Amino acid sequence: MSLKEVGPMQEIRNHMQIPREEYIAGGHSACQGCGHFVIVRHLLKAAGPNTIVVNPTGCLEVVTTVFPYSSWRVPWIHVAFENGGAVASGVEAAIKSLQRKGVLPKDEQINVVVFAGDGGTVDIGFQSLSGMLERGHKVVYVLLDNEAYMNTGIQRSGSTPFGAWTTTTPVGKKWKGEWRVRKDMIQIAVAHHIPYAATINPAYPVDMYNKMVKALKANGPAFLHAYSPCPTGWRFDPSKTIEVARLAVLTGYWVLYEYDHGQYKVNVPVLKRKPVKEFIKLQGRFRHMTEEQVKKLQEIIDQHVEMINKLVGKQVIGPVVE
Amino acid sequence: MSMTKLPGWRELPEGAVVRDVGNTETIDVSGWRVFKPVIIDEKCTRCRLCWIYCPDGAILEVVDEKARMGKRYEVDYMHCKGCGICWRECPVNAIEWVPEER
Amino acid sequence: MPRLALTTNYAVAHAAKDSDVDVVAAYPITPSTPAAEKLAEFVANGEMDAEYIHVESEHSAASALVGASATGARAFTVTASQGLIYMSEVLYIASGLRLPMVLGVASRALSAPLSIWGDMHDIASLRDAGLMIYFVSSAQEAYDTVIQAFKVAEDPRVHLPAIVDYDGFVLSHVTEPVETIEREEVLKYIPKSITWNVLNPKKPISIGTVGDPDYYYEFKYQQQVAMENALKVAEEADREFERMFGRGYGIIEPYRMDDAEIAMIAYGAHAGTARVAVDKAREKGIKVGLVRLRLWRPFPSEQLKKLLEGISVVGVLDRAMALGGPLQGPVALDVGTLIATRMPDVRLVSFTIGIGQRDVRVEDLVRVAEMLDEISKGKEIPMKTIPIGLRE
Ligand SMILES: Cc1ncc(C[n+]2csc(CCOP(=O)(O)OP(=O)(O)O)c2C)c(N)n1
Ligand code: SF4
Ligand code: SF4
Ligand code: SF4
Ligand SMILES: [Mg+2]
Repeated sequence: MSLKEVGPMQEIRNHMQIPREEYIAGGHSACQGCGHFVIVRHLLKAAGPNTIVVNPTGCLEVVTTVFPYSSWRVPWIHVAFENGGAVASGVEAAIKSLQRKGVLPKDEQINVVVFAGDGGTVDIGFQSLSGMLERGHKVVYVLLDNEAYMNTGIQRSGSTPFGAWTTTTPVGKKWKGEWRVRKDMIQIAVAHHIPYAATINPAYPVDMYNKMVKALKANGPAFLHAYSPCPTGWRFDPSKTIEVARLAVLTGYWVLYEYDHGQYKVNVPVLKRKPVKEFIKLQGRFRHMTEEQVKKLQEIIDQHVEMINKLVGKQVIGPVVE
Repeated sequence: MSMTKLPGWRELPEGAVVRDVGNTETIDVSGWRVFKPVIIDEKCTRCRLCWIYCPDGAILEVVDEKARMGKRYEVDYMHCKGCGICWRECPVNAIEWVPEER
Repeated sequence: MPRLALTTNYAVAHAAKDSDVDVVAAYPITPSTPAAEKLAEFVANGEMDAEYIHVESEHSAASALVGASATGARAFTVTASQGLIYMSEVLYIASGLRLPMVLGVASRALSAPLSIWGDMHDIASLRDAGLMIYFVSSAQEAYDTVIQAFKVAEDPRVHLPAIVDYDGFVLSHVTEPVETIEREEVLKYIPKSITWNVLNPKKPISIGTVGDPDYYYEFKYQQQVAMENALKVAEEADREFERMFGRGYGIIEPYRMDDAEIAMIAYGAHAGTARVAVDKAREKGIKVGLVRLRLWRPFPSEQLKKLLEGISVVGVLDRAMALGGPLQGPVALDVGTLIATRMPDVRLVSFTIGIGQRDVRVEDLVRVAEMLDEISKGKEIPMKTIPIGLRE
């Protein structure tokens, strides 16, 4: 293994090469074990200091920037909840214009990165994201998906998985948690004819890091869908953030794949999948689920896996093996 | 309330910007912990995984020529919230999980 | 100076071009659409070196402008009506972030019922958002004011977004001769210099933080102080503009006020109608004058107070209705506050005119002058807003 760390914007072969520089400081007030921070730390390492961050309202924003404090060592802006894509479009357009006019240096790439929650992306910020992708702004949009509105206290979003308890899909006499199937954001992003889209997961840091580098180098908008375990909202012990993230991949609940200039690729093949019940048993939000609900969730996952196998043209994600 | 000590409107930066970026590092979050991670250096293989997975950047990678393999891992107890990820993810159980005594 | 025949929509587009705006983000809505189209045409032809963002909504137009302005760009958009109120969430934020972007607003009624026609309900809804609001009365003034607005907005004593409001259709679609100014000359008046807080990797800052109860109040107060400064800076900017280009307006414009006993206050295109009405009323022996409000936010209290000294009755002609308020006229409410707190001898009468593009005829405003005259002679003051041109 090489022990030599690389500079930003370069792909790595192993985790020893991840740069040491931290662009987000500790001392923030995220809950213990917050998945957002494992992801953001590494994506910023990949992007390096020449980066502007746009951060719509949500946990990440609130826990890092209560005046007079900020955890962000790169330029950072928060405007509102639903407009990450549009604000980033404006930042990117301004950079282009000011570079052309010689106000900003012409030959230096300034990365524009959005870190937005699932609420801020798949629901209220959907239109703004769509506009940004369709117009071709050179922005990396990172969806930090903790599968609910956590900042306001665990309400369901269009990304909440089937079966999950949230405070607005409570378990009662009639309702038994979320009953609908979440949106498929990678397919939605790809439908905008963008050059690069990928799923990432903090338990797979090298894959995550390299996808960020590819996203930054893409010739147009890039979309990264990050799986971000939230111990508080999902009801698991904070020490298990990475374990939960890893199990999501090993069960096929979260397939690590990418769409790179027209080509689909599964980056972490899972030849034998674990059953989803191993993944959900770690999380209190699924505790109430009946056998029937678990079966339905398994079916949803099976269908998703089948779709991805079709996209790559071979069976890269295998069957469930108990 | 410590109202009197806070700066008045004339002294505050326009638009509530923060210029001293990264200054949350001056905030001590050690009070969040119930347990604390203790790295047993002799057992540590320098695999770097605790450093990678810590959400709070609270594992320090210290370059030290005298140390085995030229570096060692230390917990930054001011910023460690005691989530236990490092303890759980250490592949060789080189991190002990010790109750905080206060 | 080139002399062109322009609608006000085109005039504001020309002003943005001549101000060397870096980023435009615009979305079509009647009656401001032709301005958005003109800007696109300028960029398409290479006459304007700007990024034109084809946003998918006005909310995104305002958001993109915030992003662009926070990156150091001179940023501009045009909108109206539903588009403006759709932007409003972001416009409050633009002010709080102290970003000097400029908007042209071709004022139009608000739904429901749907009306594409002119009045000032849209801009009235933004009265307290923390943006400067100019009302203009001609295409020439719109052109000049967009340039002045950048000057004031970017002034370090101000750093606030600004709106240049012009009546939908009555101004937006009517062609007038407009003298434009060469870009180099405009840039001598508004040199490009980034004095506000911007995102720059060389000097990272965090913009848009949380203001908890220990701080929020102080930041809101800073905005208020910036507004107060803007009043002075706007006057300075207008004087400097006049020195350089020979045209000045003041922030509040008196007409035949010197010997007036009663006064009307109007703004926008209908200030022109009111002027004619004043002349007609004078012919009938009524000693009426007119005050045209060019700047609504910040409100020129001192200047207005001075003009109203010696006036017994003042009638405010508003083009919007503050529904359910003690009076319906939004500007009347402001004038009423000034009178109540500073000049208790003046009597205020509130009128609404031109709602949803209802015709405003000179005779109607002469009748207003007559009413004010009667009131000054002892007739009882109506305690309610008087709707002009409304069918019973
Ligand atoms: C227009 C608007 N509606 C609602 C809110 C309240 N709000 C703030 S953050 C948030 C949820 C954020 O959820 P998500 O985007 O998933 O981020 P997370 O906190 O889960 O990381 C909501 C509903 C708001 N700030 N603005
Ligand atoms: S609620 Fe979840 S996402 Fe929000 S700070 Fe806590 S752990 Fe992180
Ligand atoms: S316990 Fe958690 S916060 Fe503390 S060092 Fe380990 S991973 Fe970091
Ligand atoms: S995870 Fe364990 S073995 Fe690896 S560096 Fe940390 S303490 Fe050492
Ligand atoms: Mg969320």
